Amino acid sequence: MVGQILFIFIAVVTLLMALGVVVARNLFHAALFLIGVFFGIAALFILLEAEFLAMAQIIIYIGAIATLIVFAIMLSKGMMGRESGAYNKQWYFAGGAMVFFFGLVSWLLVKMPFKTISAQVPNDAIQQIGSGFVGHYVVPFEVASVLLLVALVGAIMLARERNS
Amino acid sequence: MDLRALGESFIAMLENMGIPEGWVLLINWVLGALAVLVVALLLAIFLIWYERKIAGRVQDRLGPNRVGPWGLIQPFADALKLLTKEDITPDKADRITYNLAPIIAVFHILMLFLVIPFADKVVGANINVGVLFLMAFGALGTLAMLMAGWSSRNKYALLGGFRVVAQLLSYEIPVGLAMLTVVMLRGSMNLNTIAQGQGGVFGLGWYVWILPAVFVLYFVAALAEGERAPFDLLEAESEIVAGYNIEYSAMKFAWFYLAFFLNTWVLSAVAVTLFFGGWQGPFAAQLPILGVFYFFLKVFIMFFVFAWVRATFPRLRIDQMMSFCWKALVPMGLALFLAVAIVLKLGLPSAATNALLFIVNVVILFATLKLLGNYTKDLSHNKNKRLFAPELPRL
Amino acid sequence: MLVQQYGLIGVFAVIAFLFPIVTLAFTWLIRPKRSNPLKNSTYECGIETVGDAWVQFRAQYYLFALIFVVFDIEAIFLFPFAVAFNKIGLFALVEAIIFVFILLVGLIYAWKKNALEWQ
Repeated sequence: MVGQILFIFIAVVTLLMALGVVVARNLFHAALFLIGVFFGIAALFILLEAEFLAMAQIIIYIGAIATLIVFAIMLSKGMMGRESGAYNKQWYFAGGAMVFFFGLVSWLLVKMPFKTISAQVPNDAIQQIGSGFVGHYVVPFEVASVLLLVALVGAIMLARERNS
Repeated sequence: MDLRALGESFIAMLENMGIPEGWVLLINWVLGALAVLVVALLLAIFLIWYERKIAGRVQDRLGPNRVGPWGLIQPFADALKLLTKEDITPDKADRITYNLAPIIAVFHILMLFLVIPFADKVVGANINVGVLFLMAFGALGTLAMLMAGWSSRNKYALLGGFRVVAQLLSYEIPVGLAMLTVVMLRGSMNLNTIAQGQGGVFGLGWYVWILPAVFVLYFVAALAEGERAPFDLLEAESEIVAGYNIEYSAMKFAWFYLAFFLNTWVLSAVAVTLFFGGWQGPFAAQLPILGVFYFFLKVFIMFFVFAWVRATFPRLRIDQMMSFCWKALVPMGLALFLAVAIVLKLGLPSAATNALLFIVNVVILFATLKLLGNYTKDLSHNKNKRLFAPELPRL
Repeated sequence: MLVQQYGLIGVFAVIAFLFPIVTLAFTWLIRPKRSNPLKNSTYECGIETVGDAWVQFRAQYYLFALIFVVFDIEAIFLFPFAVAFNKIGLFALVEAIIFVFILLVGLIYAWKKNALEWQ
């Protein structure tokens, strides 16, 4: 019961934050709303008793990605402080597309047979994640490493100053 | 004198009064939260006096000595002054972000207090991801400074904000790697469990004896994370006046100031918990209140070292600081992680493993120092740098 | 157990967030409010501010942030591995070493490309 109320509350706040990201006229404020969204998602993970995921969510999405986004805004010429309008002449195209995709996703959600398990989260969940990384899921684990390497190389190639 | 027994008897008392269970839990949480909050605030006030006194003594001064005995009331007077000062918000500032930044700064530092074990199981929230919790909410502080730097719309503040990212983000990696190595040794991310594993007479079980190089790595990176000299480039007054908090005054400045001091305290507390046995000490198991005493004693000694370093060393240049992190500390951290992992998997008896870990640590530490020494002596890569021809720092 | 701990964290998060707001509101009540345009202008060095502070900066800072993200994610991946370390075999250790080495290659690449140089 309390869990339900908490879930609804957190979900509503998260959605409002997400709305804020879209309608905020200042890019920096949009980024701040995005941080709120990430926090809401972390709180939802806590409700699911997935504490490792919640912390990873905060560390990676707020500590790293959001900082990167804020930073990118701070570094972009003409982006900082510019109040870009929320609408332009083609807003009805976007509106139509939005309604269509919302319908599509809702339809999928209704049709999709969700499997629910009522099992308790084991006490050594983090340990199981760890053994999973190097056991059953070792290929994705190593591929993730290669992906990070590619990201690093790409970042260096892009951000390197041209004249060097 | 057992704090936990005290709390449990309090819960039982509330339940006997006929309050429903859910509300008892909520009251319990609110009281626990308020207790942590009060501890944090009192600490902040005391730490300001403590650090000023240390800095004074190091620099052959007296430090605060006018208000109250040994100047002990000085921070209260300062707080009262800051409370009644006029608050100035620059007209050009982005008001929402500007006002939100100090709030986030205080929020993140107070959250960190939740997972620090003051004595065995005397901890706000005894969660299994304590170390990650520290990293997660520690990173939030970076964001608060970035917000402050951007929203002030001041050149110095913005430069300070950029340096925040350059410094605090970079040094988070060595801190994380040091924590990772300790977690691997103990097999748990719960800070209470980590401290529990460091028993033994005369502190022989402390991880600092097994992983000295990891401690050095953590300590050096923590100096940077705590914005302390020699890594206090964020607020280098000779270059960027005060850095990200330049436009802040009155209480909003006070919150940044408080976050700064508490941040160092938390970094010291984490160092004590990870490497110096937390609350462990003679008879701490029999008398839990002694554990609290030992913990605070160790943390204040650790804080003293932080303040001592701050009062002693000159500031680094930003290029030196960044190279030091990425070319010395990060490779050192990765090497330590791999070496410790391999030694732990050799399957030796525990005494031999510990001895070998110590040797490996010392070897890596001295190898790093040697390479660093060669690097700084070799001036060929410093040809076009500011070493001989100082020039204005570029934006 | 988990609910007990995170309940406290939730309550504390609310209190820790409201506390600075309440104190700031309190000081708003008692502090003097005598602002003037000169006082509220941006500080630079005593004379009038030249230009806007919000200008473009060098991308150098951004590169460090990008490298940081990569290594941060690596550390997060390694934390559960470290927790499970005592329970897993030798082969798992080799896998983790490969994981770290791939990223070490990235660090060496960044080093060789002078991405770690502060220019």
